[in-house]
Amino acid sequence: MAFESLTDKLQNVFKNLRSKGRLTEEDVKSALKEVKMALLEADVNFKVVKQFVKAVEERAIGQDVMNGLNPGQMVIKIVNEEMVNLMGSETTEIAMQPGKAITVIMMAGLQGAGKTTATAKIAGKLKLKGKKPLLVACDIYRPAAIEQLQINGKKQEVDVFSMGTDHKPAEIAKKAIAYAEKNGHNVVILDTAGRLHVDEDMMAELQEIKETVTVHQTLLVVDAMTGQDAVNVAKEFDEKVGVDGVILSKMDGDTRGGAALSIKAVTGKPILFVSMGEKLSDLEQFYPDRMASRILGM
Amino acid sequence: SGFSAIDDDFYEELEEILIMGDIGVNATTAIVERLKQQVKEKHIKEPSECKQLLIESIKEQMQVDETAYDFEKEQSVIMVIGVNGVGKTTSVGKLAGKLKDEGRKVLIAAADTFRAAAGDQLAEWASRADVPMIGGKEGADPASVVFDAVNAAKARGVDVLLVDTAGRLHNKKNLMEELRKMNRIIDKEFPNAHRENLIVLDGTTGQNALVQAREFGEVADLTGIILTKMDGTAKGGIAVAIQSELKVPVKYIGVGESIEDLQKFNSDEFVNALFDVNMDDIGELHLPEEEAGETDAEE
Ligand SMILES: Nc1nc2c(ncn2[C@@H]2O[C@H](COP(=O)(O)OP(=O)(O)OP(=O)(O)O)[C@@H](O)[C@H]2O)c(=O)[nH]1
Ligand SMILES: Nc1nc2c(ncn2[C@@H]2O[C@H](COP(=O)(O)OP(=O)(O)OP(=O)(O)O)[C@@H](O)[C@H]2O)c(=O)[nH]1
Ligand SMILES: [K+]
Ligand SMILES: [Mg+2]
Ligand SMILES: [Mg+2]
Repeated sequence: MAFESLTDKLQNVFKNLRSKGRLTEEDVKSALKEVKMALLEADVNFKVVKQFVKAVEERAIGQDVMNGLNPGQMVIKIVNEEMVNLMGSETTEIAMQPGKAITVIMMAGLQGAGKTTATAKIAGKLKLKGKKPLLVACDIYRPAAIEQLQINGKKQEVDVFSMGTDHKPAEIAKKAIAYAEKNGHNVVILDTAGRLHVDEDMMAELQEIKETVTVHQTLLVVDAMTGQDAVNVAKEFDEKVGVDGVILSKMDGDTRGGAALSIKAVTGKPILFVSMGEKLSDLEQFYPDRMASRILGM
Repeated sequence: SGFSAIDDDFYEELEEILIMGDIGVNATTAIVERLKQQVKEKHIKEPSECKQLLIESIKEQMQVDETAYDFEKEQSVIMVIGVNGVGKTTSVGKLAGKLKDEGRKVLIAAADTFRAAAGDQLAEWASRADVPMIGGKEGADPASVVFDAVNAAKARGVDVLLVDTAGRLHNKKNLMEELRKMNRIIDKEFPNAHRENLIVLDGTTGQNALVQAREFGEVADLTGIILTKMDGTAKGGIAVAIQSELKVPVKYIGVGESIEDLQKFNSDEFVNALFDVNMDDIGELHLPEEEAGETDAEE
């Protein structure tokens, strides 16, 4: 189904308004109603939408309509600017430890989000940059999780460290880092089991990993198709475990991906990558402005 | 809720509950319009009565026919389909365990020959459920796995054949055509079997799930939904929008990662949970600097 683009909708809103020099409160309100619908349709969290629209409204009312821009375009321009503002206007890289020091990255997220796949994809990216990654099988629960990581590691030609399913993830992480030191690996990526943000025991398991070893970057992997609950997930992972960056997965679908905006609004953490497919090369840099347009359906 | 009259604010709060539950803007608008009509016709004055009316009508809409589970008792082939990572393989394992417990002779077909270790994962589930499995070799042709499995099921007098398929996004043409082909093979090879195509939807998914259901329904007639990960805080409300538009019922929900964590869908419980909104404050938002001061976290 093709989306009627936001631009079209806003043009309709303003069709009957005569051209004006300034945006009145009424202009702005009727336009923002459409914006609100578009954001909700895109799965941006209801409360985030409300606050966002309020912020845009305050800025837009009384704005001069610039030459060549009708009121609709003016509102869109402000919405866009505010979105890019909110999502950050720059791309962010994974912060690596300086020199020869080992960077430890921990993947986290809900079940099936795309962590194991992203683990292997990031390894491939870092390998191209001359790093020597080690992948660590810390998912001791999901059937064949270790085999999955091993197969992906093999495809990427990077080493995979595992101790089977009878050791605690924190212990596996600790042994893996010792192994990395001995074998000249300078990046360690911990693939952890999927877990619910409300599962106290499983969240404690991630905390235990962080108490046992130094984790430099905790990356939250979020399915781009996630709905209203994305804020709860992101907030809980950030509060309980601490999140440094976000990876949006399954962006090769046709979802508008409003979760991206919700997560950024709630955690303030940068989105580092978008995952664009099942192939292990399908990982791309995140561009906030492109995401803004996608969410708005433009 | 503490409303004294059925006014705009009251309807707005209902809309908020529905949208926060992932029902979506369109379905929510339609539901609330219908409600307003009923309130008028039935001369309802009390907000609590109005809310109850809404709850009851969604419960009724989501009710599942008892015939929905006939396949459990008949000779049937069930294809389990859906996008990546939603819980297909796990649900196949859980269903196999359940049907085996009910005394059915079950066979599993591992038609995901694509994802790394998909076969190993399903083999583990087959062993947990104590049922045999066919296929699962990485790189094999999934259509021929299905062909072999259907014929094995017939030869062995299997009651229920469960087919696990690879995750695929509904906008990938080739993969969707592959699914159409698998569906056709089952129809052709086993015309007498009771057919079910169950789409697995992640209960956390937002509006895209509606598109998924639409597109999967184009290549294989959907007979039901398995709504997974309902042990979390997401409400799975998109199932209401799907039921409205496509008339596909939710038959099971997934409530965990163990073999017993599959339940028949209960409309009452589902709708009650939908309205038991989590109004937890989502905290302070990281809005751009200039607005941060003026925008308070509570509306
Ligand atoms: N289309 C698409 N599929 C993806 C993407 N990333 C991951 N997947 C698929 O999504 C499914 C789940 O991915 P996994 O990497 O196993 O997810 P996970 O988070 O490790 O899952 P658990 O360990 O079970 O919690 C697999 O079928 C992957 O191939 C993506 O960007 N696009
Ligand atoms: N909490 C919870 N987790 C679930 C549920 N169902 C499945 N999972 C988990 O979700 C993840 C993905 O499940 P799979 O069964 O591998 O999903 P899939 O659809 O087969 O994935 P692909 O074959 O990669 O497309 C696993 O970690 C499962 O344990 C559920 O109802 N609740
Ligand atoms: K839930
Ligand atoms: Mg995994
Ligand atoms: Mg699977």
